[in-house]
Amino acid sequence: MADSIRLQVSRYRPEEGSAPTLQEYDVPLRKEWSVLDGLNYVKDHLDSTLSYRWSCRMGICGSCGMSVNGTPELTCGTFLADLAPGPVRVEPMRNFPVVRDLVVDIGDFMDKLPRVKPWIIRDDEPEPDGEYLQTPEELDEYKQFSMCINCMLCYSACPVYGLDPDFIGPAAIALAERYDLDSRDRGARERLDVLIEHEGVWGCTFVGECTTVCPKHVDPAGAIQRYKLKAAKESVKAFLLPRGAR
Amino acid sequence: MSETEVQPRAYRRPVSTWWWLEKRSYFVFAMRELSSVFVAWFVVFLLMLTYAVGRGDDQYQSFLDWAATPWVVVLNLVTLVFVVLHMVTWFNLTPQATVVRLRGQRVPAWAIIASQYVGLAVVSAFVIWLVTR
Amino acid sequence: MTVSHDVLLVGGGGAGLRAAIAIAEANPRLRVAVVSKVYPMRSHTVSAEGGAAGAIAADDSLDEHAYDTVSGSDWLCDQDAVEAFVDEAPRELLQLEHWGCPWSREPDGHVAVRAFGGMKKMRTWFAADKTGFHMLHTLFQTSLKYDEVVRYDEWFVTKLLVDDGRVHGVVAVDLMTGRVETITAKAVILCTGGCGKVFPFTTNASISTGDGMALAYRAGAPLKDMEFVQYHPTGLPFTGILITEAARAEGGWMLNKDGYRYLQDYDLGTPSPTPVLRSMELGPRDRLSQAFVHEVEKGRVTDSPWGPIVHLDLRHLGQQLIDTKLPFVRELCLKYENIDPVTELIPVRPVVHYMMGGVHTDIDGATPIGGLYAAGEVACVSINGANRLGSNSLPECLVFGARAGRAAAEYAATAGDPPAAIEAQAADEVRRLERDLLHKTDGHEQVSVIREEMQQTVEDSAGIFRTGEALAKGVDTLRELQQRFGHVAVADTSRTFNTELVAALELENMLDVAECIVQSGLWREESRGAHQRTDFPARDDERYLAHSLIHRNPDESSRLDSLPVTITRWPPGERTYGK
Repeated sequence: MADSIRLQVSRYRPEEGSAPTLQEYDVPLRKEWSVLDGLNYVKDHLDSTLSYRWSCRMGICGSCGMSVNGTPELTCGTFLADLAPGPVRVEPMRNFPVVRDLVVDIGDFMDKLPRVKPWIIRDDEPEPDGEYLQTPEELDEYKQFSMCINCMLCYSACPVYGLDPDFIGPAAIALAERYDLDSRDRGARERLDVLIEHEGVWGCTFVGECTTVCPKHVDPAGAIQRYKLKAAKESVKAFLLPRGAR
Repeated sequence: MSETEVQPRAYRRPVSTWWWLEKRSYFVFAMRELSSVFVAWFVVFLLMLTYAVGRGDDQYQSFLDWAATPWVVVLNLVTLVFVVLHMVTWFNLTPQATVVRLRGQRVPAWAIIASQYVGLAVVSAFVIWLVTR
Repeated sequence: MTVSHDVLLVGGGGAGLRAAIAIAEANPRLRVAVVSKVYPMRSHTVSAEGGAAGAIAADDSLDEHAYDTVSGSDWLCDQDAVEAFVDEAPRELLQLEHWGCPWSREPDGHVAVRAFGGMKKMRTWFAADKTGFHMLHTLFQTSLKYDEVVRYDEWFVTKLLVDDGRVHGVVAVDLMTGRVETITAKAVILCTGGCGKVFPFTTNASISTGDGMALAYRAGAPLKDMEFVQYHPTGLPFTGILITEAARAEGGWMLNKDGYRYLQDYDLGTPSPTPVLRSMELGPRDRLSQAFVHEVEKGRVTDSPWGPIVHLDLRHLGQQLIDTKLPFVRELCLKYENIDPVTELIPVRPVVHYMMGGVHTDIDGATPIGGLYAAGEVACVSINGANRLGSNSLPECLVFGARAGRAAAEYAATAGDPPAAIEAQAADEVRRLERDLLHKTDGHEQVSVIREEMQQTVEDSAGIFRTGEALAKGVDTLRELQQRFGHVAVADTSRTFNTELVAALELENMLDVAECIVQSGLWREESRGAHQRTDFPARDDERYLAHSLIHRNPDESSRLDSLPVTITRWPPGERTYGK
């Protein structure tokens, strides 16, 4: 193994106005180093002006998503040795406005998330003294969709979101499905009203890349298709049945 | 850090017209979407066939002659390829869209995909029997 | 520009979000805001793995939870706080259940509990081994329901505005634009988490830089028990990534290089094939980490490129248990060590994990500064004393987050508008940021260099075992580093998402916190819990059954005094495990 590897890092400073450029840095190539370790080496030893987000370095906080050689990845879980001999192209996640260097603006997602009401909805009964019972099987129903770390890799991989930023997007829909499938929740109807709109589930054309890139195996594509079935069933019901029987 | 500071502009990377060529998965997706055009063409072709049958032997024979012209054969071969692509890709996607349970256990993805092929084989066999008996 | 709110939360992790919801529910008319240097779901609560303690099992009781906590703390906690804590913990965890937290369940649908270190009963609620992640996302998503909670995501607070002994708001940098703004508030709650990053090797995220502790300390609030730093016995050797105590609670063994369960040599009980509560691998973290150092001295550990290691053995648990109860452990080992715990030993070494000390508060999270509250790891109430028990910190965030929220809501409802004097203070702070950091042309020191030297200094002087001599040397070195920080250069002159500026501000905070840790360690001439002085190896209840309080003098030097420990029902006794 060579002792160093070249990073080609996208740099963008809005004050300078022009489009992003690639800047090259050679960093040590160590067996256990992730792409994030490489960036930290750059920041601490080569160029302190490089900006990027990171925090937990263990794949759970969702901060360090970037485009690595064109693929959306958590940089803390992508290893330089696997990309040797390089060079490794590190760019900001696609489909988001670039704020600075590798930092993107995810405000759009933060605005969309509350629209799908990702919280337990129940009729206004008083909460019980004990817990709501939920069997391990009932937990398994939604568990997968509760694993989303909001890392935004799925939005970055989704061509629909790239072409139509109004699309509510994979993670938000997966979280809606997470609550719909929770045996404690009664809010499916309210969420459906949001997701049945044009920019909701019907925006999705099932490219499936969101599921491929998801580092936590959430399968947002599956969640969206299941929502489409649910929405279609509701439409048929609304068409065929009298109001009271729906 | 004065109050007159203008909000710096974020950079929006333009989406290329050829974005669907950037990745194999995007390309397969685009082809799957395109396949529906050929599926539609085949429906039209079948309607034309039915119409010709209903108009008597002469009409039917001239339809067959037309269908045997090289460009129609090529078109239908291409259609066959796209219809197979359409079928395979959608069969593969089915387990993501539907959750099937048998006695409380979630049916694994491969079983759902396999059952669709079994279904296809049964229907095909029935059609062949119907045509050749 | 100045914006104003009634209650301002600094930090949006477990404690901050719980407090925000508590305020919104207590008084919907109050304007609540959460200022956080990261998006709330990135907060370090997300990394907590093992679980959250709350006595609910039929054979358990609040008194037993309290006793385990008190003895675990080596009697340095305040027992009135512990009693309130154990009483409210189950209710808070249930509240989270009602909000949708995916707690692991028994077959009949009830919440399941697991064993944990230093606990005599099974009382740790868990969501597999991603408990903190699920709690944080449940709280965050639930908080979205409350329109009255306003968020300032990715804003970095640089100063508390205090006048005449009362807090009136903060000065903060909006990272996206670089603008410095004043946010006034009638009450401020610090929920900024811990300070693991003052050490070189820690489980903590890069954001755990002790910001809230430094803000409070500089504003005149004392920090309490800062000498008590928890080393977790099982961190992955290169990254410091945490392997949860739940791995041992489910039956994992600690082995030295001879494959010997060495904890039996350290007064922690006798080995048994299945886990025994409060015994062996289920002993408290301070004792386990200290045992590791003794094993190193005896030469019974394995060498690795990152120093000596021992092994955690989960192989006998089997794949099914590991995949259902410890899936994240397996995921982390596969990814970061390239080993599979189903068939291989996990290399581990002690790693800095948690700060028992923090901003001095009372049982409602109130600090000595009027209107300033603190909750979570940043605070020291104290329920953790000289050593925190695993799975007490997540419920601490909930219980004291909610308590501080309610207390702050009450305070804010009666407090008046901020005085004019704070405008001058805010203007001074803007000037300081401009002059000292962003536009300094003559700086020659680098943030990353000073940071690295600080981390090594703190480790060398305030590690698992300490001496007066090393601590005194540490104080001197840290003073030098503080001087050198005055000459730091920030090469990045952009206002947009300037992470070098953030790193400099964080380093400034860490230098203050580091000094408090080392100074407090020098002051306490005894060994108790996580603070082990080889020159004073015994616990000394005569002189030190008391909290240390470190204050900042106006000339920027520090001053130490002490505060008696509150004892209600459990007089100081001997800490016994394995019996």
